[in-house]
Amino acid sequence: MEYSQKVIEHYTNPQNVGKIEDASGIGEVGNPVCGDIMKMFIKVENNIIVDVKFKTFGCGAAIATSSISTEMIKGKTLEEALKLKNTDVVNSLGGLPPVKLHCSVLAEEAIHEAIADYYRKEGKLTEEEIKQKCSLKK
Amino acid sequence: MKTIYLDNNATTKTDEEVVKAMLPYLSENYGNPSSIYKLGRENRKAIEDAREKVANAFNCDSNEIYFTAGGSESDNTIIRGIAYSYKSKGNHIITSKIEHPAVLETCKQLEKEGFEISYVGVDEDGIINLNELKNLIRPTTTLITIMFANNEIGTIQPVKEIGEIAKQNKILFHTDAVQAVGSIKIDVKALNIDALSLSGHKFYGPKGIGALYVKQGVKFDKFINGGHQERNKRAGTENVAGIVGLGKAIELAYEDLEKHNEEIKELRDYYVEQVSKKIPYIKINGSMEKRLPGNSNISFRFIEGESLLLNLDLKGICASSGSACTSGSLDPSHVLLAIGLPHEIAHGSLRISIGKYNTKEEIDYVIDSLVEIVGRLREMSPLWEKFIEEEKK
Repeated sequence: MEYSQKVIEHYTNPQNVGKIEDASGIGEVGNPVCGDIMKMFIKVENNIIVDVKFKTFGCGAAIATSSISTEMIKGKTLEEALKLKNTDVVNSLGGLPPVKLHCSVLAEEAIHEAIADYYRKEGKLTEEEIKQKCSLKK
Repeated sequence: MKTIYLDNNATTKTDEEVVKAMLPYLSENYGNPSSIYKLGRENRKAIEDAREKVANAFNCDSNEIYFTAGGSESDNTIIRGIAYSYKSKGNHIITSKIEHPAVLETCKQLEKEGFEISYVGVDEDGIINLNELKNLIRPTTTLITIMFANNEIGTIQPVKEIGEIAKQNKILFHTDAVQAVGSIKIDVKALNIDALSLSGHKFYGPKGIGALYVKQGVKFDKFINGGHQERNKRAGTENVAGIVGLGKAIELAYEDLEKHNEEIKELRDYYVEQVSKKIPYIKINGSMEKRLPGNSNISFRFIEGESLLLNLDLKGICASSGSACTSGSLDPSHVLLAIGLPHEIAHGSLRISIGKYNTKEEIDYVIDSLVEIVGRLREMSPLWEKFIEEEKK
């Protein structure tokens, strides 16, 4: 199994590691049994993600996908961030080994959960509307 | 950057003396050992000399040693060979839950072919349960196959007791000794071992060569059909250079066994002691007493093994992990699960296996690197954050 140069760059020097104390939204996905947990913190101002941080328990691919996806949504509107697909993350990383593709799905889910959490705290949308807008599984 | 090789349970650096012994058989001594002329006869003699060296290591006769392409082939050959040769007596085989895939997958294949397999469990140290083993025996049991020492956690099994149980019940006993050979003195007669597998590259010999000890009188079907090589059990022109290398490697391994073991064990104990002292929230996996001298297996809680390995690799350190991400599946190591480790702790395991070429300076460098990397990965881990918050309450 071999990682692309871009993946190596990101796990060697991950971007946006940490937490946001007064986060507008937090999304946590995965579970320790599978060996992957991603926690995403977003700071939203005027519908724009002005800051994003992450904490991840997982393999090199999990750390790299967390890192690059935070870069990809920073400065974007919530709608733009919700459009980010796991395949976009994989492409930006120059590909992932097949057994690691689930890490990119986790990154997409973490972003969606964090935005859903923001909408819940904002209180303008119903749970049904949030689920639809953020395409949540549950 | 200098490479610091601490994965000696995976493979070892070929000893220069071994390479020297092999070289003539990769150049001027190219004859076919089955040929009648001098060039052939010299090769035959080289093979038989190596066989003698292997036999000397185990206190057996040289006609009880068969050369194979490695540990996996030895395991496949003997387990399948005995299963089918003794099928009229019964179709039941006992193995353990912590075997190498070469044994487990062979047993699974036999299950598909109509054989019945029982898997004996292990305690939290990774030692098989002897009472359970006795209870698993049936009138139809033909073979017990249990490893000598485990490749992941280094646990040494009570081989003598297993041999006695097998003998009392007139069952054949095979042991996959791939990790043990070169680290432990093995007397197949004293231990009642009927068959034993070994691999050259685990004790500073070359890759692609292994051997099988099979006690005189034990029947087993041939594995590769063709010519009459290896007393008609394994066809194909012999890997002469590999065989010579294996012979030299086993001779060297047992010449200085105590000295090397002592030095290696000292380094291993120092590593485990320092890591325990400098890094909190770790778990040492496997027995510390009944253990291969160079093996260590430690779980670092709240972090994942593959990211640990990748970060060690960036510092030139070679090691391995039982994390799912390094096994190619979603489950962590079957061995770590069998000793009762929860998934999340098994995911954070690190195997450092020390060999005769390692130095104390290297171990110090690894310890310093680990302190830094584990700290950094924990800072990044949501599990660590949660744990610290709960600790504060």
